[in-house]
Amino acid sequence: MAPPTARRSGSNKRAQLGLFAGYVVAGTGALIGAVLLIISFVSPQTFQGLRSMATDLAAPAGQAGAVGRTQGRGFFEAIAGYYDAGSKNAELEREIEIARVRLVEAEALRQENERLKGVLNLTSGATEPVAVARLIGSTSSSTRRIAYLSAGSDDGVTNGMPVTSPMGLVGRVLEAGSNSSRVLLLTDSESMVPVRRATDDVVAFAEGRADGSLRIRLINLGINPLEEGDIFVTSGAGGMFRPGVAVAMITEITPDGGIAQLLSNPAATDVVIVEPVWQGETLESVAQTEAGEVAD
Amino acid sequence: MEQLNPRARSDRYGKKINRDHSPVLVHGIPWATIMIGSLTPMLPIIAAAPVLPPLGLMAMVAWRLLRPGLLPLWAGFPLGLFDDLFSGQPLGSGILLFSTTLIVLDLLEIRFPWRNFWQNWLTASLVFTVYLGIAALVSGASLTMLQVAVIVPQLLLSILLFPIIVSMAALLDRIRLLRVRRLG
Repeated sequence: MAPPTARRSGSNKRAQLGLFAGYVVAGTGALIGAVLLIISFVSPQTFQGLRSMATDLAAPAGQAGAVGRTQGRGFFEAIAGYYDAGSKNAELEREIEIARVRLVEAEALRQENERLKGVLNLTSGATEPVAVARLIGSTSSSTRRIAYLSAGSDDGVTNGMPVTSPMGLVGRVLEAGSNSSRVLLLTDSESMVPVRRATDDVVAFAEGRADGSLRIRLINLGINPLEEGDIFVTSGAGGMFRPGVAVAMITEITPDGGIAQLLSNPAATDVVIVEPVWQGETLESVAQTEAGEVAD
Repeated sequence: MEQLNPRARSDRYGKKINRDHSPVLVHGIPWATIMIGSLTPMLPIIAAAPVLPPLGLMAMVAWRLLRPGLLPLWAGFPLGLFDDLFSGQPLGSGILLFSTTLIVLDLLEIRFPWRNFWQNWLTASLVFTVYLGIAALVSGASLTMLQVAVIVPQLLLSILLFPIIVSMAALLDRIRLLRVRRLG
């Protein structure tokens, strides 16, 4: 389509100036954008308040959508359930038989565990969840992997808290607003979690790869002991994540570790649990000591 | 006159007598659709990789190419700021890229005042390619070959989706110019 005639200034001095001013204003806008971008790089938390406010405002709509998604999926699963009810029933009964045996075994293990902990004077490390909330959305068109959570500082959520689902670790809180917060998912390329192999103490870092998988990088290089199907859990190093939370399963071996798939796929997660920072007091005291040293 | 031709005193946007375009609709609909496009992160899609096209930018380019002169040249600043609040990009990347997009499209229009569908599509495809590339570059994520590969499906989807977005904008354009009863 042709531009409207107002665009052509001709020899009209006033129209020429108006057009010029338009370019100046637009160029200034772009320049301000560039400056803000540089500020965002230097200190990423600068605009946290602005972003949290916007997310807080939009969160109710997102939450309605999240509830709808859960209900919609439940509806379709109920219909699908009728199709193979017979074979599924038989399969479930078989599984229950096995599960009963496993349950008794687990109970025995739990008792033994408690007894041993009693011997060692360890308190059980059960943590009280800070909040239970829904993931209401994610940055699905950006290369960053950040999700929005329907709980904020009103519910006691603060920056840095781990977010888990019953299937495993999901991520950690990046910025907490008053009734919503932004969660850095494990698959973000800036996310790094200290992990160990569930069966032994092979320690590694799990880095996000931005395509839905994690890169497991072993700390001790040498002969790669990993095999496909190995499960990695958080090691508790760094004091942020409580040890023993499932993270990922190896699907591919690389020279320095492996590529792993997330165990708790955030796309299939309805409700997540926000946990307190595992060794929050220790981390704070370390930070204070460091700040004191810098001040000295 | 009405007996001869019932549509004599009306045009495609409705009756003309005592009815006029509403400024709220005329300017509200383009801005609202672009901002709704920027709100895609609030959709209940928890994506493991960037899968959705940048709908806010796509809506802006669609309106800009469909109705030149409708969006002022400075519109990139507020629209980009709004996009930044939700997109997960560091604040400022949207402002910079949206503003630059509008300026580039304006310069392009001076060179090619009359364009056809294919030219517009090519323009939009180039804009999306550059936008997604720079957005990934400034996102703060460490850029590897893998991430470049992750962007490609998103880019192809944006390019394929663009004609649909333009058609939707054209459809909304009729509502935008609907004649409503003049008050007073």
